[in-house]
Amino acid sequence: MSKQRELNRFEIRLSGTGGQGILTLGKIMGQVLALDHGFYATQTQSYGPEARGGASRADLVVSSAPISYPKPVSLDLLVALSQEACNLYFCNLKPSGFLLVDTTLVTQTPSNIFWGLPFTSLAKDKIGLPQTMNIICLGALSHFLPFMQFTSVKKALAGVLPAKILAINTKALTLGYSQAKKLYPDASEKWTFSSPMMTESAQ
Amino acid sequence: MATKKRKRKELFALGNEAVVEGALLAGCSFFAGYPITPSTEIAEVMSQRLPFVHDGVFIQMEDEIASMGAIIGASLAGRKTMTATSGPGFSLMQENLGYACMTEVPLVLVNVMRGGPSTGMPTSPAQGDVQQARWGCHGDHPIIVLSACNVQECLEMTIVAFNFAEKYRTPVILLLDEITAHTREKISLPFPDELEILARVAPAMPPEWYISYEETMRGVPPLPPLGSGYRFHVTGLTHDKNGFPTSKPDEVKALMYRQFRKIDQFFYDIQLVDEVQCEDAEIVVVAYGCVARSAELAVHMARERGVKAGFLKLKTLFPFPKSALQPLARQCRTIIVPEMNMGQLSREVKRVNNGLAQVQTINRIDGQIITPSEIFKSIMQA
Amino acid sequence: MAQVTELIHNYLRHNKKFPHVYCAGCGHGIVLGSLIRSVHGLGYSKDDIVLVAGIGCSGRMAVYVDFNTVHTTHGRALTFATGIKMANPKLKVIVVMGDGDAMAIGGNHLIHAARRNIGLTALVLNNNIYGMTGGQSSPTSPEGTVSATAPFGQLERSFDIVDMAITSGASYVARGTVMHVPMLDGLISDALEKPGFNLVEILTPCHTQYGRKNKFKTVVDMYTWYKTNTMKRELYAQKSPEEQQKLTPIGVFRDEGWPGLETRYAQLRTKLQEQESCQSSAN
Repeated sequence: MSKQRELNRFEIRLSGTGGQGILTLGKIMGQVLALDHGFYATQTQSYGPEARGGASRADLVVSSAPISYPKPVSLDLLVALSQEACNLYFCNLKPSGFLLVDTTLVTQTPSNIFWGLPFTSLAKDKIGLPQTMNIICLGALSHFLPFMQFTSVKKALAGVLPAKILAINTKALTLGYSQAKKLYPDASEKWTFSSPMMTESAQ
Repeated sequence: MATKKRKRKELFALGNEAVVEGALLAGCSFFAGYPITPSTEIAEVMSQRLPFVHDGVFIQMEDEIASMGAIIGASLAGRKTMTATSGPGFSLMQENLGYACMTEVPLVLVNVMRGGPSTGMPTSPAQGDVQQARWGCHGDHPIIVLSACNVQECLEMTIVAFNFAEKYRTPVILLLDEITAHTREKISLPFPDELEILARVAPAMPPEWYISYEETMRGVPPLPPLGSGYRFHVTGLTHDKNGFPTSKPDEVKALMYRQFRKIDQFFYDIQLVDEVQCEDAEIVVVAYGCVARSAELAVHMARERGVKAGFLKLKTLFPFPKSALQPLARQCRTIIVPEMNMGQLSREVKRVNNGLAQVQTINRIDGQIITPSEIFKSIMQA
Repeated sequence: MAQVTELIHNYLRHNKKFPHVYCAGCGHGIVLGSLIRSVHGLGYSKDDIVLVAGIGCSGRMAVYVDFNTVHTTHGRALTFATGIKMANPKLKVIVVMGDGDAMAIGGNHLIHAARRNIGLTALVLNNNIYGMTGGQSSPTSPEGTVSATAPFGQLERSFDIVDMAITSGASYVARGTVMHVPMLDGLISDALEKPGFNLVEILTPCHTQYGRKNKFKTVVDMYTWYKTNTMKRELYAQKSPEEQQKLTPIGVFRDEGWPGLETRYAQLRTKLQEQESCQSSAN
């Protein structure tokens, strides 16, 4: 394991609607960050009683030190896979935080500074399987987040997904990663990695 | 040492999954339950794992009353048993939980607290079952209630729960909350040889000399499994030392007093707490479950600003850890008790504090966790 | 007589909990005798038998007999027994319940125990009344009968325990009475030897709480009633519908021999564990 970047409570929210695979996305990311990259990570979730169609959200806190409070305080990264989620959670982003949206589903962004990729149309048109949308997003995230390596994510995928659907998801992962790299080549250098507690105590 | 070089297996697991890992490490081989959010993952993972355990049994019962009945029966047959539920199911379990207290049957009951009363908020956290865990079943009875605040602790406290259940021949309730149960974190699985796993005391005498509810030094009578040649009677009626029904005052008194004594005299063993920065604390935050994590961060923030704050995490809720709290009450100016109910454990804190320090409570019953900043503000204003 | 004394010494806790609580004329003692003769006849070891009982007069049976005995909570005896049997399938688990126990508060447990076909023998002692609490109506009190809680006559219809057990999926279902003792011995012995969930409904009189209020002048009247108003089901089947209405059929109503859940679970476990060890040896 190579020397990791020091993280002080990097907070991520993955949000959208039920059925998009958001909880799976959160679980895989948490697993990669905690088990492969050696960070402390907590993944919490919020979901309604509906299995499909309701609001869905998975939160991750990633840190180099043990994490006391398991939920995000102010977000470093908001991933919004629906317009509703984008509207609802944008205010939780801290000033130096970033917004990543699915441009197929989020047509009105609250700010013109954001990263956007058409995850849903990519899944439909390029992969031919709408359900791979979350994995395309995961591929893109492994470009946007400098502390989460694409190769580790790819390896972890094999441990998480059933063999039957692994090949197509690996394809989706690679697509997401390469698209993000192509559109936003220097995105991963934009992070300031400020402590959320600074914001918290300033309140 | 060779043991130090071994790498423990690591998992990125839910609190509920960690409970299962802990239970299996503790020797649990029997689970009966009924689906209920937010505890269901415990039953689901048990149903996958137990068929691969030697003689392991998973059974889904028709309701929570039946789940308790089944694990009491299985425990009497010699198994280490567990069930898991949440508020509405916990209410249904009280009947047979009282039976287990009266008959001194070891078992572990995990209650993942959600918003209540009644159906309440199935997917939101709360800590509203604290007093029910202590006094939920009718009649006077001793019981052990534990809690856990993170995923690794879910594993560890489940093992502690089984050990206490076996050692003291009593039901043990592990109170979790929706957040702790549904948080995923890295846990490392201890090697079986690193753990001290306790089993109930077996009779040392032949069957004809065995007296099933005999007075012993520890107050804990030996318990042989059904079918082992020790034929005895088990009843929820008050019973004499032979286990047969009685209502003679002296016999009833002997039974009830022994049941209390077997827990009371081992407070030092049972009352588990973690103290963080309490040595010089002028303000002490007392918390448990998911709120303990907010409290820890709040205390850390206060210390960064030079405030002498400390944190007492309760891992044992009942018998209430008086011996840990009382010296702190003498030492500090203010005790802050944040909890996601209207003040169920702060009653205990106030009782032990008995006017020594000022006790402040932070209460929330809206399905949201008490945040670090809420506690931080209270510390700064105290 | 010597044989009876031997049975008493062998199977009853004669030096501990006697005299018993049962009223003069109560049929529960006859059931206990029948059970003991059956166990003795089949040659079971007392150590291998667990007698699980509920609450009520029938529940007290557990205290008198020298098996492993568990006197549980009201209506829940089957749930405890399910746990015991699943935990140790080698044990012979016998459950004694009353009609209130089995059909009212424990009705849900009965239908599910039958549905999952757990390997138990359930004896339901049906005296049509809550005896221990002072004679209140039970789910098997016939329509029109008088009780402490139906002083003007029962309006509700009553359950047929045998029908309920069959519908719920029990493997073996029978009905006997305390007036037909050799037959009852046979039914209980039969049930004990069968796999899966076995239920024997036993009609037993409660003169103290039921008979006195329902025009049975003496205990003997009640036993006579059982004699004249019950009939072997083979003979019963030949009667006209009008005659059948006044009669209760007794005998064996279902005998399928389905394997119990505990056996099937053990088979599943063995299969899964063999597959696992095959996989790990292949790797």
